[in-house]
Amino acid sequence: MKLREIKDILEATVLCGEESLDLEVFDACGSDFMSDVLAYVKNQALLLTGLVNPQVIRTADMVDMKCVVFVRGKVPDASILDLAREREIVVMSSPLRMYCACGALYLNGLRGE
Amino acid sequence: METIKLNYPVEGGDLIGAGEASSKMKMALKKLDLPPETIRRASICMYEGEINMVIHANGGRAEVEIAMDHIIIRMIDTGPGIPDVAQAMEEGFSTAGEIARDLGFGAGMGLPNMRRYSDEMDIQTTVGMGTTVTMKINI
Repeated sequence: MKLREIKDILEATVLCGEESLDLEVFDACGSDFMSDVLAYVKNQALLLTGLVNPQVIRTADMVDMKCVVFVRGKVPDASILDLAREREIVVMSSPLRMYCACGALYLNGLRGE
Repeated sequence: METIKLNYPVEGGDLIGAGEASSKMKMALKKLDLPPETIRRASICMYEGEINMVIHANGGRAEVEIAMDHIIIRMIDTGPGIPDVAQAMEEGFSTAGEIARDLGFGAGMGLPNMRRYSDEMDIQTTVGMGTTVTMKINI
């Protein structure tokens, strides 16, 4: 699924990386716990999280993720977005709750199959 | 290939900025064109080690050696040491405080993750003197 479709499904606003919305991802991970992301993520290139701090971007970078979506309308500050730009990670903010955001992507076919 | 040695200081007390050394190492490994899975495993090992070092030991340093068939990451600190290594290796055991937890860490996954992604791991620790965690990642 292209990041562009993910943006539409999640009714999200792109905060950085607009030029990379044609990138494709095949699986996603929803977590507020970064050590779990480091422990269990394999090929999930999309992280959905309600946690807002620079370690979210650093964690995503360590496991080669392409996009981070902050749920519940959370918006990171400029320093976090600068870090994401530096690491070439697309950042979006979605008004949906984590449960609904993950469910919407799953229903629309992002199932890691 | 000649063994490449890299050194990175890890600042203490800066949980927000923690991870910079791991990012730099990851970039260095990418430039060497190593397999992506090797880079990923080494990056996770060092990142968890770096976070641990900032949370528990007020910083320290990381030594990285890249040889033909393996990478060695040595995380060296002069912090309080680990009184019970077996307990510290259990998933879920943590002595980290609220700030670490707020950042998405500190729930007893650091050392287990380092073991999970390395091929060999050794912990040398003395209470009151410090800890050295050595991880080997085969290429």
